[in-house]
Amino acid sequence: MRWWWWIPLMLFAGFLGVAAYQLTQPKDDFVPSAMVGKPLPAFELPAAIEGMSGVSTADFQDGKPRLLNIWASWCLPCIAEAPQLDQLKQEGVEIVGIAIRDRPEDVAAFLARHGNPYTRIGADDLSQVQLAIGSSGVPETFVIDGKGVIRYQHIGDIRAEHVPILLEKLREAGE
Amino acid sequence: MSLTLSSRGMALFLACLLAVPLAAQQSLPPAPYAYRQLEDPAKEAAAQALMETLRCLTCQSQSIADSDAAMAGDMRHQVRTRIAAGEEPEAIRAWLVERYGDYVSYAPVVSETTWPLFAIPLLLLAGAGAILWRRLRRAQ
Repeated sequence: MRWWWWIPLMLFAGFLGVAAYQLTQPKDDFVPSAMVGKPLPAFELPAAIEGMSGVSTADFQDGKPRLLNIWASWCLPCIAEAPQLDQLKQEGVEIVGIAIRDRPEDVAAFLARHGNPYTRIGADDLSQVQLAIGSSGVPETFVIDGKGVIRYQHIGDIRAEHVPILLEKLREAGE
Repeated sequence: MSLTLSSRGMALFLACLLAVPLAAQQSLPPAPYAYRQLEDPAKEAAAQALMETLRCLTCQSQSIADSDAAMAGDMRHQVRTRIAAGEEPEAIRAWLVERYGDYVSYAPVVSETTWPLFAIPLLLLAGAGAILWRRLRRAQ
């Protein structure tokens, strides 16, 4: 038998190996936004609660980098990240919130209980801004530079180890 | 008396069963066009065809047409209102791909990363054809 007759069998074995390896790997459930590196799309959201301002694209174009936090009062991981958002606020970071599919009274109750790190909170009742910036769940946090360009996306709740990363990304965005 | 009590107890029990999952979820009603069809049957058909090929982002093994997730409902609302406004289905798909990458679409497209999927079967067919042709010619 000629040696190259074995090539198809080797290819098949190689394919089996790759498939078996992939089956043992944990599934990556995150869908990263393809909008990182692009400007925020134009939007204007009304305030999510009385007494605070809503959010529009223009709010991100004054030269100062910010965090844009996509969250909701009904989202449990959002409770887990509340202390980290508070810590970022203590460090002087401005955090703009967008509440997804939420009621004013629920937002107010959440903030009363877990603290309010936000300077503004917009109400996105139809997930329109969430879809427009390529976010696929709550919570997600975006670093927006002073020109309104999305520079970084953090998917899931912010844990203690993510705080320095976000601060670093904000510093880079401010350069 | 005992009958009314127990049926009232039953009603309370059922109410609790219903109330628990609702309380744990979002309280806003679904988007207007999440579950309502468009009046124009042709536009609704176009919207439905598109929704069946868009991936639900929070429940990634379903299309947005199949999913009851709130976000899928909001995506259906967006698809239906845009189609009602006269936007082309492929333009809506392109808008979503621009935000979430190819991943959001179930309809395969030829791109920088996917071209081997289309090229390899053609190459294999051509190779098999060539071998067969040589064999048959030799056999004659």
